[in-house]
Amino acid sequence: MLDYEVLKLIWWLLVGVLLVGFAVMDGHDMGVGSLLPFVGRNDIERRVVINTVGPHWDGNQVWFITGGGAIFAAWPLIYATAFSGFYWAMLAVLWALFFRPVGFDYRSKIHDPRWRSTWDWGLFVGGTVPPLIFGVAFGNLLQGVPFRFDDNLVSTYTGSFWQLLNPFALLCGVVSSAMILLHGAIYLTHRTEGVIAARARRAACGAGLVLLLGFTAAGLCLLRIDGYAITSIVDPSALPDPLAKTVVRRSGGWFANYRLVPATMLVPMLAYLGTIAALLLLRAGRSGIAFVASALALAGVIGTAGVSMFPFLMPSSSQPDASLTVWDSTSSRLTLSIMLWAVLIFMPLIVFYTAWAYRVMRGKVTATDIERNTHSAY
Amino acid sequence: MISTHLVDLSRLQFAATAMYHFLFVPLTLGMVWLLVIMESVYVMTGKLVYKDMTRFWGKLFGINFALGVTTGITLEFQFGTNWAYYSHYVGDIFGAPLAIEGLMAFFLESTFIGLFFFAWDRLSRQQHLLVTILMAIGTNLSALWILIANGWMQNPVGAEFNYETMRMELTDFWSVIFNPIAQAKFVHTVSAGYVTGAMFVLSISAWYLLRGRDVEFARRSFRIAAAFGLASVCSVIVLGDESGYTVGEAQQTKMAAIESMWETEPAPASFNLLAWPNEAQQKNDWAVEIPWVMGLIGTRSVSLQIPGILEIKAKNRVRIVSGIEAAKALGRLRANRQDADARTIFEQHKADLGFGLLLRKYVTDFDQVTPELIERAVNDTIPRVTPMFWGFRAMVGIGFLMLALFALASLSTLRMQCERRRWLLKWALWSLPLPWLACELGWFVAEYGRQPWTIYGVLPTNLSVSTLSVSSLYGSLAGFVGFYTALLIVEMYLMVRFARRGPGSLGTGRYADEAAAQH
Repeated sequence: MLDYEVLKLIWWLLVGVLLVGFAVMDGHDMGVGSLLPFVGRNDIERRVVINTVGPHWDGNQVWFITGGGAIFAAWPLIYATAFSGFYWAMLAVLWALFFRPVGFDYRSKIHDPRWRSTWDWGLFVGGTVPPLIFGVAFGNLLQGVPFRFDDNLVSTYTGSFWQLLNPFALLCGVVSSAMILLHGAIYLTHRTEGVIAARARRAACGAGLVLLLGFTAAGLCLLRIDGYAITSIVDPSALPDPLAKTVVRRSGGWFANYRLVPATMLVPMLAYLGTIAALLLLRAGRSGIAFVASALALAGVIGTAGVSMFPFLMPSSSQPDASLTVWDSTSSRLTLSIMLWAVLIFMPLIVFYTAWAYRVMRGKVTATDIERNTHSAY
Repeated sequence: MISTHLVDLSRLQFAATAMYHFLFVPLTLGMVWLLVIMESVYVMTGKLVYKDMTRFWGKLFGINFALGVTTGITLEFQFGTNWAYYSHYVGDIFGAPLAIEGLMAFFLESTFIGLFFFAWDRLSRQQHLLVTILMAIGTNLSALWILIANGWMQNPVGAEFNYETMRMELTDFWSVIFNPIAQAKFVHTVSAGYVTGAMFVLSISAWYLLRGRDVEFARRSFRIAAAFGLASVCSVIVLGDESGYTVGEAQQTKMAAIESMWETEPAPASFNLLAWPNEAQQKNDWAVEIPWVMGLIGTRSVSLQIPGILEIKAKNRVRIVSGIEAAKALGRLRANRQDADARTIFEQHKADLGFGLLLRKYVTDFDQVTPELIERAVNDTIPRVTPMFWGFRAMVGIGFLMLALFALASLSTLRMQCERRRWLLKWALWSLPLPWLACELGWFVAEYGRQPWTIYGVLPTNLSVSTLSVSSLYGSLAGFVGFYTALLIVEMYLMVRFARRGPGSLGTGRYADEAAAQH
């Protein structure tokens, strides 16, 4: 079995990988859902749009489920504190997600235009609300969240739902939404042709510019937001106890890691380079590689939040010493070790058969395809 | 102290959303194998009708599956949103099977269900059959992992409390996986799902036969469903949960409540076929007993005794008193980790800590515990007998009713007589809701019977909740009721519509009502 300290670090990386996997895979079909009412102007066009992700959205959504399960198994305190603290935000995500399975599967089963348009907007909600809220959640994590623990580690969230919607958090929501829209629009450009592809390409350009501006603005705001720093000596291999350290708020604290290890600057650079490359490749008509570039951009944006905060995961603004970090939120060494094996065994298999599924369904989705399979297509 | 109102609302929300989710799960578990069977016959014989069967029943399967996915996410969210202390306290053990369920099962079923629906023209017959089989394996593996997690709640093996991290920690993963309760539950639950899938196909096929439409299609579907249903219902009954009921105290407590068995009887105990439990006086007002049967079912032996409720309570009283010592020592240890004396006491009584925590329902400070409060805690350790007793009997009764139906249906279809026996077809049609009723009753007995615990003997339900406001709970509960009602209406509407339209909805030109399918 690996050292506890090493396992804790690996799991920080693995949760990051799962979140990026979620953003790349579920992100592109959520982006498609957001764009659906705008790039598809009539029923056939909308069916084309939906069927680009029709065979895949369900598998992609499992990245989200598995990400949640992995956080439960690897960081039970984060799972408990964040999900209960962000109660209404999590319910909003959940209820928005309700529209997706039924929206995809039920929409085209009835011919009535009102029925179909209702589900189209349902898919819009299901694709738009979750990325927005996840961005807002990250914005709040960066500012610290008002929660405290009692002696028995019962957590209590002392804030309200509305205070989550502060300007900086909303800015992070915009960044998150823009990156998902960019990614979805590029995917759509790749899988469709004609007017739909043209509209998607325009949407991608707009979203890409918003992402570049928003990401920069968020970085500038972060200069004025206090970060957090541990002031006591931390033993990374100790048994997790979030109450055993002292923490202070410190101006510019979220830039400390970049000063300490300048190589980490590559992560925010990746966000910029990925986005710019995606836009240029899209202009050059290389939508397939543009998709890879925007996936790298997503990794850069999410990675930037992670690296800035490291080792913090969920700082507490009302009881800073109770902040949750990579070292004191994890499950036991045995569980981390078993879960690492599970990921190492299953993740390559998942990547393999997901790739196969995309390969089987490859090619552009066209109006003719829909008309030919009108009874079986979404 | 945690308000009982908050606990009750959290339980209500979890029970409602879990039971709602389980309206869709068993049909998925069972139908997916029927699809495998139908498609295998298609691949082997090349007869198009079997392909149409796979696609038509697959369509209905898809309508059901969508809501299974929708409502399943709720359950994963809810451990965190509404049961935060539970998630912290046992996440080290409970989280792992959930994560593995995602990695091993959900990815598999969800990736291949897309190909199942959309890749008919892009794959060879054999490849498509492989896709269907992988989807079936995925759905069933997900049941395995969630029932390993659930089995651990009933019989928490392979884990130990750590006072430094203030939670249960994993010590032996294999004993969590091979927990006998989890294995018994898995077999029983998936078999119940198979029965549900079989009943669904049987009932709707019976309806087509009664109306004399799409007869070839319906007759074949009826036959496959009857045979598969008969095998499955036998499996449910023979490999019932009872095999697991002697293992672990949670199950013994449930069994005593299910049987309304107040006193321990000399082995082998008699079975109360019917009885009138009187909870106030802790006895049965009257009972129809069958000698020996309970002992044989419950222990598979003639010499093992099954403990009655009063005996279980007496044991629990001892454990509660010991658990209070553990809880007091834990308080001292949390204040000062170096307190060697507290540590010795804690180690002595650690196994009963959960029983001590039952008192937290009544006091925050363990020095305030009185003998009356201990007595109340002892009474809390037994679930209410009446709903357990009748819930179990209703479930078993339905099981035997379905056994009779599937046996007769199989017999008639073998003799090619099912279309003439209209009473049998009608019976099959009207039996449609029965497996759902039995499934929900089964879950009720299993989970209500575990009260007052979330993790038997380890963590009382009362302490497991998130510290939320009661108004938040009312709000979310109202949201769930609203969404779920609307979703159910939409789902039932589509299900009835496509079931009525029948295989004509495929638009192949081979079935009745093709014109209607254009709209």
